[in-house]
Amino acid sequence: MPQAIIILLIPLLPLLGFILLGLFGKKFFKNSSGLIACLLLFAATLLAFYAAYEYFTNAAGLDYPREVVLNYTWLRFSDTLSIDMGLMVDQLSMMMVVVVTFVSLMVHIYSLAYMKGEERFPTYYSFLSLFTFSMLGLVLASNLFQIYIFWELVGVSSFLLIGYYYEKPSAVAACKKAFIVTRFADLGFLIGILVLAGVSDTLDINTMIATVTAPDSSHATQLLTSSFLGISAITWGAVLVFMGGAGKSAMFPLHIWLPDAMEGPTPVSALIHAATMVVAGVFLVARLFPIYALTADVALDIVAYVGVISAVLAAIIACTQTDVKRVLAYSTMSQIGFMMFALGVSGYGGEAGLGYTASQFHLFTHAMFKALLFLGAGVVIHFVHNNDIKEMGGLRKYLPVTHITFLIACLAIAGIPPFAGFFSKEEILLAAYQNNQLIYWLALFTSGLTAYYMFRLYFSIFWNKEVSLQNTHSHSSPAMTIPLVILATGAGLAGFIPFGKYVNSDGRPPESHFDLQFSMLPVAIGLAGIFIAMWLYKKESERPNRIAASLYGLYKVSYNKFYIDEIWLFITKKIVFNLVGRPAAWFDRNVVDGMVNLTGETTEFISDKIKKLQSGKIQQYAIFFLAGAIGLALLFIYVWK
Amino acid sequence: MEPGLYHILFISAALFFIGVYGFFTRRNLITLLMSIELILNSVNLNFVAFNKYLWPNRMDGVFFSVFIIAIAAAEAAVAIAIIINLYCSHRSIDVETAEELKY
Amino acid sequence: MTGPTIIFYLLAALTLASGILSVTTRQIFRAAIYLLFSLIGVAGIYFWLEYQFIAAVQIVVYVGGIVVLIIFSIFLTQQAGEKMARQKVGRKIFSALAVFLGFALTMLQVYEHQFFETAEAPVSTSIREIGTRMLGTGDEGYALPFEVISILLLAAMIGCIVIAMRVKETSKTEQGTSNKEVS
Repeated sequence: MPQAIIILLIPLLPLLGFILLGLFGKKFFKNSSGLIACLLLFAATLLAFYAAYEYFTNAAGLDYPREVVLNYTWLRFSDTLSIDMGLMVDQLSMMMVVVVTFVSLMVHIYSLAYMKGEERFPTYYSFLSLFTFSMLGLVLASNLFQIYIFWELVGVSSFLLIGYYYEKPSAVAACKKAFIVTRFADLGFLIGILVLAGVSDTLDINTMIATVTAPDSSHATQLLTSSFLGISAITWGAVLVFMGGAGKSAMFPLHIWLPDAMEGPTPVSALIHAATMVVAGVFLVARLFPIYALTADVALDIVAYVGVISAVLAAIIACTQTDVKRVLAYSTMSQIGFMMFALGVSGYGGEAGLGYTASQFHLFTHAMFKALLFLGAGVVIHFVHNNDIKEMGGLRKYLPVTHITFLIACLAIAGIPPFAGFFSKEEILLAAYQNNQLIYWLALFTSGLTAYYMFRLYFSIFWNKEVSLQNTHSHSSPAMTIPLVILATGAGLAGFIPFGKYVNSDGRPPESHFDLQFSMLPVAIGLAGIFIAMWLYKKESERPNRIAASLYGLYKVSYNKFYIDEIWLFITKKIVFNLVGRPAAWFDRNVVDGMVNLTGETTEFISDKIKKLQSGKIQQYAIFFLAGAIGLALLFIYVWK
Repeated sequence: MEPGLYHILFISAALFFIGVYGFFTRRNLITLLMSIELILNSVNLNFVAFNKYLWPNRMDGVFFSVFIIAIAAAEAAVAIAIIINLYCSHRSIDVETAEELKY
Repeated sequence: MTGPTIIFYLLAALTLASGILSVTTRQIFRAAIYLLFSLIGVAGIYFWLEYQFIAAVQIVVYVGGIVVLIIFSIFLTQQAGEKMARQKVGRKIFSALAVFLGFALTMLQVYEHQFFETAEAPVSTSIREIGTRMLGTGDEGYALPFEVISILLLAAMIGCIVIAMRVKETSKTEQGTSNKEVS
């Protein structure tokens, strides 16, 4: 069990970076802020690796203890119910700490070169440090409300970073959209927290899980009988908490903010909107998994179907997008859908918990290859000064390192052995196959689409036509290429980690049998997708346009993102604003303000009437004086003896 | 009937309220001052009467009256000075014109 | 009806009648004179009560000082001849009612109250007694109030001079600046 001080330092070092660079960055650390942030984060990464190493190797056998190493009671409502700030050390948090610090470090180093020369360089690094601190606080939290606090902090950091180029109106609109949509989802999250706290009478996660799942406790019988609209209270709590998670993880239908969030700088997209923040929803469901497993018939079903719908939807949309970062954004949404439905089909404990392990494994590997994809895309965009893949082509000559690492990442995401994505995706498909055949076939179809659109992207950028460029000097400094190489190594080797041994739902690892027959089908579908993409996009040709023309209806729907943005706008503008907003505003302006104005006007009226008392005429004063004296005398003599 | 304490108290109360009536009704500042002198006199009468009929072994009432007379003199002098000052700035000593303390 | 009784009732009638006339007449000089008679009436009552010293002080200070002062101020503000302005009838009736009510209340309380007379022997109120007591510093001495009154009179004198002096200066400078060109 690693020491408390080490765990405490892991989030505090980036916080120190945020404070230093936020307060003094512009004045003192104009050019060195990047280095300072990188150094602090490097120290945090080393500490995280050390802590994880100590935790995973020193555990007695397979029993991974789940311990709260540091606890500070902040707001106490009753004996058991209090908002604490604590640090929890267990399998999930140690794994997430490693992922977050490692990917964040890669992004920090990459940004040294990518954001060089920016006017607000220190501000950028201070926001990045704030984000890292918030995310680390989120994954280490031991109290459900503490998760909520850090959840909002992460949302704020995302808002700040998406709107980094605040002179661009599209960036401002995008950061507002992200914040508002996730905030709306957090409404459900908060209500869910309150329901869960009300049911289990505590906010501490370990205590809550123990209380709710204990088979003979009074709570268990109570929660299964207390119901609202036919669904038990605890199911409501779990579903509402998932609503919050769905918003943050860009699940359908709350996914509309993620493509727009690509207005931020590319390293930000790599860190936040690919590897760490968007998996917060998956993390949340995993953290509260025993509660979800208890209410599996409703809650986990919702999780699974929302996940698989998001996965399929995003894959279809990604096939027609032409902006590099948008394709990658939808790819992220799709992969997170995979993680979600893997959790959704999972059971609890031992073999049944295969989905849980598979989901976390995919989170781990996805972080690496998605960050790699984004950083590589950043290099390409930096080189061509354009986001559109129609303006790119033949870049393999100019950016060799980027080319190779991008290829490795694409192979990983397509699920081709021996890269990491193959292992994690295969486990997910196995879990789906064992529990829900419909989801299995949909997942298989999505894997094929994934391979297709990723390789469409790859071939369009690095092969296809030759683009004539004015300045063909490659800007890639070592700061940009080294993270790419490191991440590519991770993407290549991470698959061989026996993940089930380390991260599982209740301490007992699921037996991961490597079934050759089973994995042949997904690999074959993946290769088919790759070959179709190669046939269409490797050489410049008219085939893609002809196919798009023949499938015109489907193409149009996919290109316009299934019109979901338009539907949301319609709902908010025509329905919510007119039916709820306008009456509420009228009420506020006329009734509430009217009452306040009325008190003011009444006071004025009364004061106007009684100001005649102060007329400046001394005789009048004397009359009142005498009248008062007589009145008091009468009172004292006759009434109050 | 032999005049006693009650008669003098009657006179003093009557004089007091005559003075008060004058205070409420008069428009001229100097006549206002005259009403105040009536009020003070009634109080003096009260003190002396109590001293004579209730406490003949002491002289407190007498001394009170002497001092009240002295104070009334000082107050009348100051009041006249103020009235003259007011007359110079307002050119009239009507009480209705001295309205500076109005809202 | 003995002599003192008749004298008392005459004095009371003089005081009250003069008082009422003083507050209701419309000529200011007559009001001052009625006040004078009212104060003489009060002095008469003091004589009737056998407090000669107080009566003398009343005549000297009140009648001879304050009423004269009032008459001087009437002349200074040039009000002697004309009739004064009327007061609103409503105000007069209201004040009369209020005053009558107050008077009735007071008399009611006075008549219902039992006044207890002390049984001790009366003390002489000759001038010698009053003088000794006034400057006495013992238990029942009034030396301190005496000194305080003297300071009060001093303050009043200085105050009047200051207020009056300012008045004279402004009137003088107003005339002065209109005559001279350069001050």
